[in-house]
Parts: sequence; C-alpha cells; structure tokens
Amino acid sequence: MTESIRVKMLLLVTILGILLLSGCSTLPKQTADTQPPMRQYDDIVHHSTDVAAISDPLEGFNRGVYRFNYYFDKYIFLPIVSAYTFVMPDYAEDRVSNFIDNIYEFNNFTNNLLQLKFKQTGITLARFVINTTVGIVGLWDPATSMHLRRQPEDFGQTLGHYGVGNGPYLVLPILGPSNLRDTAGLAVDMVAFNTVAKELETDWMKDNNVRMIFSAVTAVDKRKRQPFRYYRTGSPFEYELVRMLYTSQRKIVIEK
Amino acid sequence: MRKIFLLVLTTLVLCSLVSPAVAKKPYFFPYVNPYEATVMEVPAVYEAELPETVPTEVFRIHPFPERETPDVFWYDSGLECSLVYQEEEAPLIFIIAGTGARYNSPKMVNLQKAFYQAGYHVLSISSPTYSNFIINASQTMLPGRLDDDAVDIYRVMKDAMDEVKSKIKVTDYSLTGYSLGGIQAAYVSLLDETEKVFNFKKVLLINPPASLYNSVSRLDSLMENNIPGGIDNLNKWYQDLVESISSLYQEMGYFDLSGDFIYKAYKRHPPREDFLAALVGVSFAMSSANMMFTADVMRGGGYITPKNVEMSNSTSLERFGMVGLRTRFTDYFHEYFFPYFHDKDPTLTEPQLIDELTLKHIEKYLRSAKKIGLLHNQDDIIMAPGEVDYLHKVFGDRAQIYPTGGHCGNMNHPDVVRFIVNFFDGQEG
Repeated sequence: MTESIRVKMLLLVTILGILLLSGCSTLPKQTADTQPPMRQYDDIVHHSTDVAAISDPLEGFNRGVYRFNYYFDKYIFLPIVSAYTFVMPDYAEDRVSNFIDNIYEFNNFTNNLLQLKFKQTGITLARFVINTTVGIVGLWDPATSMHLRRQPEDFGQTLGHYGVGNGPYLVLPILGPSNLRDTAGLAVDMVAFNTVAKELETDWMKDNNVRMIFSAVTAVDKRKRQPFRYYRTGSPFEYELVRMLYTSQRKIVIEK
Repeated sequence: MRKIFLLVLTTLVLCSLVSPAVAKKPYFFPYVNPYEATVMEVPAVYEAELPETVPTEVFRIHPFPERETPDVFWYDSGLECSLVYQEEEAPLIFIIAGTGARYNSPKMVNLQKAFYQAGYHVLSISSPTYSNFIINASQTMLPGRLDDDAVDIYRVMKDAMDEVKSKIKVTDYSLTGYSLGGIQAAYVSLLDETEKVFNFKKVLLINPPASLYNSVSRLDSLMENNIPGGIDNLNKWYQDLVESISSLYQEMGYFDLSGDFIYKAYKRHPPREDFLAALVGVSFAMSSANMMFTADVMRGGGYITPKNVEMSNSTSLERFGMVGLRTRFTDYFHEYFFPYFHDKDPTLTEPQLIDELTLKHIEKYLRSAKKIGLLHNQDDIIMAPGEVDYLHKVFGDRAQIYPTGGHCGNMNHPDVVRFIVNFFDGQEG
C-alpha cells in the first residue's frame, strides 16, 4: 500500500511541477522593437466563416504537459516499450494485447449497454464468451475471424452520445490529449472496472502486486500499439494539429 | 489513301506488340484518375513485396554547430538522418525526400526497403523544405533556390558520411529523390561534377517538377479552386470531411487507414475529383505553412510572425498557422523569397528567378550526363501541359514514363520498384 501512496505522491509532485513551470502566457513576448508582420492574422483570417473553435482556456498548462509528455515518452516510456518488444517475441506480444483487450471488453459492454446499442452489446458479450473459452482466457481472438468485430465504447463516448459537449481541451500527463468530458469518462470507466474487479474477488485482482503488474503491462502495451511519436509530423504546429485531430476523432467515434 | 492509313496503323500496332514490354504483363494501376492515383492508398496486391523491417540507424548531425535554436523549436536537437545498412561492403544510395517530407516518411521508407533488398546502404535526407532541415542545415534558412539547396544537401551528405563511415564499407555512390527531391537530385549531381566528393555512378529523378514555379502555382490553385467558397470555407470543408468519415464508419461498421479499407470504401463511394484535388492542395498548404513559419522565425520574423518578439515553448502558434495556411506559395515567392535575392543582387528580376528554378536551366547538363535517368507519369498533376513531354525529349531513352500514377502515386507499384532498382543495377527496366 505504501508503494502505491508513494507513486501517487510522485505523480502529484510532478503535476505541481508542471503547473508551476507552465503558468506563463501563451502570447509571444513583445519587446521595444517589435514590429508587426507583413501578413497579419486580422487581415487574412475571416472570423465569421472560419477558425476551428476548440475551447482551450488552459493552453499554457496544456502546452506544459505536452512538453512533459514529450520528455516522458522519450526518456522513460519509449525505452521501456522498446525493452519490452526486444525481450518479448512478437507472438507473445500479440497474446498480451488480446488478453488485455478481452478484459477491457467490460467497458465496451457497459458503455454499449448504456447507449442502448443492443446489437453492439450483444456482439461484445459474444466476443467475450468466445474469446475467453475458445480463445483461452482471451489470449487469442477467434471472434474477429467470425466477423464479430470489436465495438469500442467508453464513458466519454457515452456522455457524448447523450449530448454532453467536449468541455475545455486538456492534455493529461502521460495519457495525452483529452478534454473535460473524456477525462471524467476515463475516471468513471476506471472506477467501474476496479469496483467490479474487486466485487468478483478474483484471486489475482486481490493481489496488489499482480494488479500493479497488470496496470504496468497495460500501459506499455497501449503505448506500443499507439504509433504516434512526438514531432514526427515535423510541424511547428503539432500541438494545434493534435488538438484538432483528437477533437475530430472523438466526434467521429461518438457519432458513428 | 485509306490503304496507306491502314498500313500505318497496322505497323504501329505491330510495333507496339513487339516492343520489349510485350514479354511482361502490361503495367496496370488501379486508379486512372490522377488525383485518385496521387491520394489514395492502393490495395496490397498492387504494392511491391518488401521486407517488413530493415536494419536502420537514426543519427543527428549539426552542419552549423554555432547556430542557436530558438526556444519555440524546443524539441529540435540537430538534423535527423537515417542509415539503412548492409553488413557487407555495398554501394550506397542517397535519397532526398519530397516537399515538406522527412527522412522516414512512408514513401522514403518504401524506397529504403526496396534499395536494402537490392543490396544497397541507404542514406536518407529530409527535404530542405522540412522544418528540421531549415533549422539545422540551411545556410540561408530560405529554401527553394535550387543551387543553394544543392550546396546545403551536399554539406549534409558529407557530414552524414563522416558520421557513418566507420560503420559501413561503401563501394560507390548513387543518388535519387522524388518530387522536389527529384529536381534537387539533378542539381546535387551537377554540383558533384565539380566537387567530386561522391562521383555519383547513377542518378534517378522520380516525378520531378520541370519548373518549381509552375508546379507550386498548380498546387496553390488546387486548394483555392476546389474548396467550395474558397479558402474562407476551409473549416467548413474540414468539418464536412469529418462528417463523411463518421458516416462511412457507421456504414462499414469499422474504420482503418489501410489500403484495402480505403479501396473498399472507394468502390462504394468514389470520391469526387474536386474533393481529392482539395485534399492535395490542403496537404501542400500545410507543408508550406510549416516551411514559411520556420524560415520566418529563423530569419528574425517580419513575414508571418512579428519582428523582434520572443516566442517560447508555451507560445500559442495557432494564429501564425492560420495565416501560413492562407499564404500561397506564390505569395511567399513574390513577397518574401524574391525580395531577399533581389536585395543581394538588384539586377535579378522575377522572370529570371522563375526561369532559374527549372530543369531547363541545366538542360545541357541533363542531356549530356548519361548517368541521370528520369521516372515520370504522363498524368502527374504537378506538371503543366507539355512539361512531361519536354522532359521525355531531354532524357530520351533514359526516361521511363508511365501512363498513369499521378504524382508519385505509383512509387510502390511492383513494376515501378523493379524499374527503379534495375536502373541502378544498370539493367534494362
């Protein structure tokens, strides 16, 4: 238990550090000799018809976290991911991914149900049963080859489905782009998952060490499957691009 | 008269039958519309079989070690290049990326794999228009003047070789590049004739523009002419795109970006040409905006960013991006690029500069240098009418022109990959 408190403390200190580092303004700092550019925003961009309005009142903070994530990814996360992929045969990595996906079918199930998507709920349940039995505790995914595709849903999508707007854009430490609605959704999904896991009183979930290992492997596996690498776009506007693409992608999965 | 006509026709048909192409399966590309060819991913059957991974080392060089990187580029720490290496002694090929593309863009990675498979070391260089290149490796920090770009690229090649020479054994050097990288490869080859550091054995230009100004004008107008209501409606156009993806997802039950998925979706809803053209235009405008912003900041501002401001790692850049997106490449040419060179040489005129940024400018060299070959597509969308034919004439039998493929859309087609590799091996395509 002390271990997990220490982890939480560390996280808190880190976040505080970021907050302190990023309290500054997001406007370029003017000097005495500042001259406006030849091509100015107000002359060129017409507000009435344009500007993808994504609310980002915490931009200074968000950019700080974005920067933190860049370094975290570079010096901690990606080295761990490469060590993991180096040690593990590809075949075993796929089994791990399937196993994790199968466990988190729980969230797909509850959220499809909450959105009254009964067909998708049924598919999710069928997938879980087939993959847990025929697929041996979810290590394989025979359901997909039976044309039962995964039906990913999370509580952020459920909220969106019922008309909850994005709220301000947020960049979460380690987890990356999000917004107020999706962050709340993430928290609810986590609480629901942990509550049920505890209710079930499965032996492995009771064991703190096993739980920690499971969470760690889940995080590494998730990063491994996410091809995004910071600044591979090469664009100085990457923060803005990620913000736009994240927001569009969420819109797509909510409306689908 | 009619008989003669028939005779000619028959002869023509027979000639085309006995041409070397008859021995092989004729070239077939699934998209005949050049915009489709340029934009759409192709199903796996039309892609060359390449190794999944190749031994790669990424490294950084600092051609101008004294130069300070502004805070707004806080994530930048030297020009990234990559070496794909053979264990044995082998020839080395340099490849130069297209406009705004980096050393490991998807097209570059495919070339790396194809050359690795054919037994080459491959040294990949980002485009001189790519931010990371402008920040670290451009002398003027104002890319686009082809002879300056060639000097910058040549410097990078030498520095990169210094970095890797202990690791590999090289027999000889070759060079290729696609799109803007193609025309730059020609200028680098010309420079090498006097510098003689590499003495390139063979050089292949893949889908190069014949004239930079003509090609960027065409690309500029793609966005202007194909977004309904023009550039002011860019956001609406984008939101509509998001909506269409959403309904496609709903219809297909899943979504991914694989060639097979896109081809399936394409069969159901062939996209309109204006949409695809706009997509090419927007993607070009985004690359140009990156380039303009980087060049402007590196050179102290004044064009799309204010002069003498301090931008930090938490400065919001959205407004500059918006302005950059709405600045045509030709605006940049007339308002920023030409004036800089005009200041240095007051006798220089715009038409002179435009003429200088062409392959015609070095036509004599291209005609005489038998080691240089050309790979192009008759329907390449960046080419003005007649330009492909002009290049065909200049290169004669050293040109391979495919009827379809758009702009670089067929670079991973099995026939094209085979042609590229055979060109460097000195065999007939």
